[in-house]
Amino acid sequence: MRLAILNEGYSFSTRLLFSLIQLFSRQRVPDAARLTFYRPDFYGSHSKALTHEAMRGPSAWSVAERELMAAYVSNVNDCPFCIGAHRATASLAVGDEGMVATALADPDSAPISEGLRVTLRMLGKLTSQGDLSVEDVRAVLHSGVSRQQVEDALAVCYVFNVTNRLADAFGFEIPSPEGFQAGAKYLLRRGYR
Amino acid sequence: MSSHSSSDKQALVKAIEQRILTGPGMASAELRAKSFADHDVPESLAALVDKVAKRSFQVTDADFAAAVAAGFTEDELFELVICAAVGESNRMYQAGLAALAKASA
Repeated sequence: MRLAILNEGYSFSTRLLFSLIQLFSRQRVPDAARLTFYRPDFYGSHSKALTHEAMRGPSAWSVAERELMAAYVSNVNDCPFCIGAHRATASLAVGDEGMVATALADPDSAPISEGLRVTLRMLGKLTSQGDLSVEDVRAVLHSGVSRQQVEDALAVCYVFNVTNRLADAFGFEIPSPEGFQAGAKYLLRRGYR
Repeated sequence: MSSHSSSDKQALVKAIEQRILTGPGMASAELRAKSFADHDVPESLAALVDKVAKRSFQVTDADFAAAVAAGFTEDELFELVICAAVGESNRMYQAGLAALAKASA
């Protein structure tokens, strides 16, 4: 990562934890996870709690749908680390890599529900333009998506707009395809805590 | 139940904002607030902060090197980059919630 403190500034016990994870998973601990261990009181602890709640907490959206939203927002922001991580996680959750790739490139041609399709479009507009009109949100509500689901999707959008920026700015190392796959399995089994 | 979970998330977003802006830090609270707002940031830091907020894929080693050369420590930059990322995302989130409130009024 771009700051030496994010590569070397961890406590002995944290470095030991990273080594153990690497030993058992045979993969380097991803930089997204490492970052949350650096001065966790400043950002990492709160961030993990919110990310877990948004991605795995109670919601009418499935885990697969929320992972697809995460990948979609990351794609709009052109963030290679997060696209790779959440495309892999969404693909594993859905069980259809091709469908996820299609949905990221063009939600209109993907075999997904109309509600998810218009929600992805809404998150894409908010992410690229920083704002939404009342009509944008009404279109989503008219498709049958509940008010609560819009709120839940906005929380996913917030989390990944923050994380995409940190991944780019701090320069997260891009894992190998095997690394992304191992990360996806971990995120589906354990979540973000 | 479901409205409980949403207010939990809004409360967690607020908690992140309050922690990074008003909790203990190496960078001054004033500088953290300016980075969060992406407004009135000192010139030696402005390029980095504005890129993080608006086009983070363009951040380079040189942006960090310029800030370090101007005297910012790595711990200060860690905080200020987080403030810039959270600030921009927070404005988006609030804009989305405001549009939702109007649409469902």
